[in-house]
Amino acid sequence: MTEHSTERPHDTAAAPMGAPRLGRQGLVHVALLTLTLLAPLVAHLLGEAYYVNLATRIVLVAMAGVGLNLALGHGGMISFGHAAYFGVGGYVAGISAYHAFDGSLLMGLPGSDDMLVIWAVALLACGLLALAIGAVSLRTSGVYFIMITLAFAQMVYYFANSWPSYGGQDGLPIYLRNGLPLIDSQDPLSFFLVCFALLLAAMAITARLMGSRFGAALTMARLNETRLATAGISPYPIRLTAFVISAMITGLAGALYADLNGFVSPAMLSWHFSGELMVIVILGGVGRLFGPLAGAIVYVLMETLLGGLTEYWLFFLGLVLLGVVLFARQGVIGWLAGGTPHG
Amino acid sequence: MLTITDLETCYGPSQALFGVSLHVEAGEMVALMGRNGMGKTTTIRSLFGLTPARRGRIEFEGRDMRRLPAFRIARRGLGLVPEGRRCFPNLSVRENLVATARPGPWDQAGVEALFPRLAERRAQMADTLSGGEQQMLAIGRALMTNPRLLVLDEATEGLAPVIRQEIWSALRRLKAEGQSILIVDKSLGELLPVADRCTILEKGRTAWTGRPEALDESLRARYLGV
Repeated sequence: MTEHSTERPHDTAAAPMGAPRLGRQGLVHVALLTLTLLAPLVAHLLGEAYYVNLATRIVLVAMAGVGLNLALGHGGMISFGHAAYFGVGGYVAGISAYHAFDGSLLMGLPGSDDMLVIWAVALLACGLLALAIGAVSLRTSGVYFIMITLAFAQMVYYFANSWPSYGGQDGLPIYLRNGLPLIDSQDPLSFFLVCFALLLAAMAITARLMGSRFGAALTMARLNETRLATAGISPYPIRLTAFVISAMITGLAGALYADLNGFVSPAMLSWHFSGELMVIVILGGVGRLFGPLAGAIVYVLMETLLGGLTEYWLFFLGLVLLGVVLFARQGVIGWLAGGTPHG
Repeated sequence: MLTITDLETCYGPSQALFGVSLHVEAGEMVALMGRNGMGKTTTIRSLFGLTPARRGRIEFEGRDMRRLPAFRIARRGLGLVPEGRRCFPNLSVRENLVATARPGPWDQAGVEALFPRLAERRAQMADTLSGGEQQMLAIGRALMTNPRLLVLDEATEGLAPVIRQEIWSALRRLKAEGQSILIVDKSLGELLPVADRCTILEKGRTAWTGRPEALDESLRARYLGV
């Protein structure tokens, strides 16, 4: 559907409610992006590398959330196992760097400390894993889907936990952050900008996808799958495709996250992180393009600021989440920007 | 084109259809009639594989399709306009139309020519449309899949008279262009002049089949309660 953009001029004429809503929403979106971009720039000028890295953390958690949001928000597939893809992405970065460092081979292949190679492998690995997990899980629905995705993620978790070659439960350090051509990935600000650009790309892909025929069919599958089927489209392959793309985005975020921390461990694969991602998506606004970014900002800032004051910060997070679920069903984004999600 | 023979369907333990038979020739408009609860909607649900029939035969263009899943039945060339203006509320009019489109003579321009209101509302969310416009959208959505047989379940129920006339004139146009149609509708005044044949259901069985002219007062009183 390449002609989608040509329809847009009709928006203002045909949708009386649409025009002011777009304005407010657009404003909030631009403000969020500007804030995310400016904060680390200021921190960099003040020489505060810690805050630059904090911003990078927000961006990567947001990116993982963008991935989950495609499945959970747009596709209505409540995956409780997206940590699996996040962690597998992380382990791809860790294992690749490990073999590049000591020059050993993995199944006849050398390791690599080139991020471009690592990203490609992480995308491929997560895509294939999600294809297998999704192919089985999507035959179920509702609470069974939640449980089966959790079960698969736990399998991956225990596998990593008990495999001693790559550190088992101690995790695997990345001694030197993997490199990029032309860009100094060691520099916190450069690395932030790379992550920020990739977050934008992930959001652009989501927006493009949801604006297409595929996106409309995915929404139809969520709203009413029999109605979609009576129009001649099987919901299963549509959902599976969205699930795989969703996992790939989360996996790429995981690969970058491992490089940010210089460390990957089974904690990235644990169900706690799956839950954290769901909280971020719900906090930000389910099915909203900018929801995961807003959710990640709130979540990571609360964790950092409140977590510094009290170890019971999760109590306050719980209160906030309760407030969102009870009073702002569209999440932080819905509260700030108003309107309903498209689809 | 479509031949349904001795269809029997159950909802769990309770049987709803006890032997429905009907027949649609290419280019025909066949009216499926009967009082409420006699099995019209169940027949359509079974035809589309939504409530699979337990016994009987559903043959479309020479191939049995009783056991096919819903999306395969639709792909064989059946288009459904379900009861009660079923659009996708949070999608735009255009998205409702194009998402499930299949190649053929009907495209967005064609549907917008049939229902000019849809062209005006192209970018609007479906839930902001009036009831009649939503019904037009539901018909348009079915046409965009380019069905060889269009099935309409109560397409004009509960609509304002002006809108009903608009929809009926569209249906007459479709019929004149050779579209095969199976229709359930209560407005006999509009239905009977265009229909080629009527099949009346009573208590889950085909009770009468014939030309609409043959549907006299006594038959109407007996089967349709009018």
